[in-house]
Amino acid sequence: MEASPVKLDNGTARWQDILRSGAEAVAVPLLAVLGALVVFGIFVSLAGVNPFETYNLMYAGAFGSWFSWQNTLTRAAPLILTALCCALPAQLGMVVIGGEGALVIGGLAAAAISQTLPDAAPLVVQLAMAMAAMAAGAAWIALAGGLRHWRGVNETIASLLLVYIAIAVFNHLVEGLLRDPASLNKPSTPHIGDANMLSTIPGTDIHWGLAYGIIACVLAYILIYRTTFGFGMRVAGGNVKAARMVGLPVGKLVLVACGLAGAAAGLAGMVEVAAVHGKANASLIVGYGYTGILVAFLARHNPLAIIPVAILLGGIGASGGLLQRRLGLPDATVLVLQGLIFIAILTSEVLYGRLPWLKKVKA
Amino acid sequence: MSADLLGWWGVPLAVLAGAIRVSTPFLFVSLGECITEKSGRINLGLEGTLVMGAMSGYAVSYLTGSPWLGVLAAGCAGAVFGILHALICSLPRVNDIAVGIALMLFGIGLAFFLGKPFIQPQAPNLPSIPFGNWSDNAQVRDSLRINALFLIGVVLAPVLLWAFRNTRWGLILRTVGDSADAARALGYAINRVRTFATAGGGFLAGIGGSFLSLSYPGSWSEGLSSGQGITAVALVIFARWNPMLCFWASLLFGGAAALGPALQSVGITQGYYLFNAAPYVLTLLIMILTCSRDRTLAGAPGELGVTR
Repeated sequence: MEASPVKLDNGTARWQDILRSGAEAVAVPLLAVLGALVVFGIFVSLAGVNPFETYNLMYAGAFGSWFSWQNTLTRAAPLILTALCCALPAQLGMVVIGGEGALVIGGLAAAAISQTLPDAAPLVVQLAMAMAAMAAGAAWIALAGGLRHWRGVNETIASLLLVYIAIAVFNHLVEGLLRDPASLNKPSTPHIGDANMLSTIPGTDIHWGLAYGIIACVLAYILIYRTTFGFGMRVAGGNVKAARMVGLPVGKLVLVACGLAGAAAGLAGMVEVAAVHGKANASLIVGYGYTGILVAFLARHNPLAIIPVAILLGGIGASGGLLQRRLGLPDATVLVLQGLIFIAILTSEVLYGRLPWLKKVKA
Repeated sequence: MSADLLGWWGVPLAVLAGAIRVSTPFLFVSLGECITEKSGRINLGLEGTLVMGAMSGYAVSYLTGSPWLGVLAAGCAGAVFGILHALICSLPRVNDIAVGIALMLFGIGLAFFLGKPFIQPQAPNLPSIPFGNWSDNAQVRDSLRINALFLIGVVLAPVLLWAFRNTRWGLILRTVGDSADAARALGYAINRVRTFATAGGGFLAGIGGSFLSLSYPGSWSEGLSSGQGITAVALVIFARWNPMLCFWASLLFGGAAALGPALQSVGITQGYYLFNAAPYVLTLLIMILTCSRDRTLAGAPGELGVTR
């Protein structure tokens, strides 16, 4: 932008500033995704597939019809919740990547508690499942946060180790104590009962888990940007020493942020069990937790931005089946694209403040 | 004593044999990560590098018929990932932990994509050296068949320790890792040193991956690695950035990972999945015991963000 010859008053300049940084926050990630798509196109053409046909099919599989939109939004629901698991601790400057573990433990807790309430009303069972899943997930990630705070254990490594421990506990219980004897080839917990399944949003095939996710994002946004607690989180994220100096309870901030993060991912597990599978089995462990990390980084850890980004990534996931059937590409194609987007988004950090048409006006 | 009468003694024997067998990938990844972290950067992407190495090693071994070419290819694939990590990290404002996570996911995805055609065919495996031929017990003989890659790792650990302490390269590496300012003042190109260190680390991690697909378990599948890469990264912290301690720690972790299958072999199947989690629980416990919130760890490279 050219320096304006007309002297602007302070108000207008401030608004221009907000507008410019807003435009930058949208433009840079978009450029990164576009760049990743171009590299992905080159990649599939090396694999002998027409890239434009691939793009076309991906669009059709993700957003091309009402049917694919429903598929996309159904997949976006757990991604929104697992992304929150990464985005909330990120406000404190922590990199938590154990959302998959909290999801698995949450789903297991939900399936287990439904078995103890055989005669309760569906609403009671659903509420109990959600509470159990959130409590289990919260404990799981709060453990990583607590270890960081009290013992200085790196939370990134600890949370990832907890994923593998969660999966081991999950397998142990699903193959043992909680196994439905009727599930022969694929060990599962007993079905939670058709009456207890989460219903769909009227007029669609999308389950209510999507609404849970959106509500959780709005609440997280209010917590981070509109409360004293959230302000404390952001101060501690900027400079822990300064936060301690002014007397902020850093330990409490870490534990609560990690607990809420784990609760969100645990809820994702409950939603998958109560709305999609009806029981806990290996189908739960498909990597929503890891894709959630990517969603959070793409959204720059802003809870409201998580919603559209999760829909975009849900769409990419939804189109995977179509790429497999029509073009014979392996199911890992989606993982390759996700990895490329992740690399591109981190590389694009360089572009902030450097895009020629969005440069700051010098006073 | 015949093989059938070995009975309960089979458990410690199987744990020992398993420790040697299972520890090899831990050993290579941790030695590689040790080099990288000495330069002041952490590469969390070694899990992806490990899987990528396993796939490319197996594929090249299958296509050329030579497992050692496979090992070389795995190392090169790992080095390419290391260079990628280093190049992205050398950009301003880019966080090395986040880049590691991205490369972990990308490496796993790429390996699954390219490795699809190699799940079925059987590639030639790496040779093992029979050290147990003096015994007429089949179980003992089987346990003491030690893979050549493990022996290379055994030699590599003290060599690295010596090189860190006594060579010019080792000194440059440690200077860059301990104080970037001092290294800059001495005129060393920090990014170039770190790129070499990360590429070397990736090379070793790739070789660690090739052990998985070419020796034990000895075939390529998508479930081949379950966190060995990330456990090895944690192990370096536990080993205080000392290659010899990395070696002993790898043996310990290999033994922990071999506990479940060893108990299963004598008929204890209860808690099989929980025993599988033993290395992760052990890693976590050791990190809890050895880390502290108040001080940086002894021996930690000064520029390393992960311990601050």
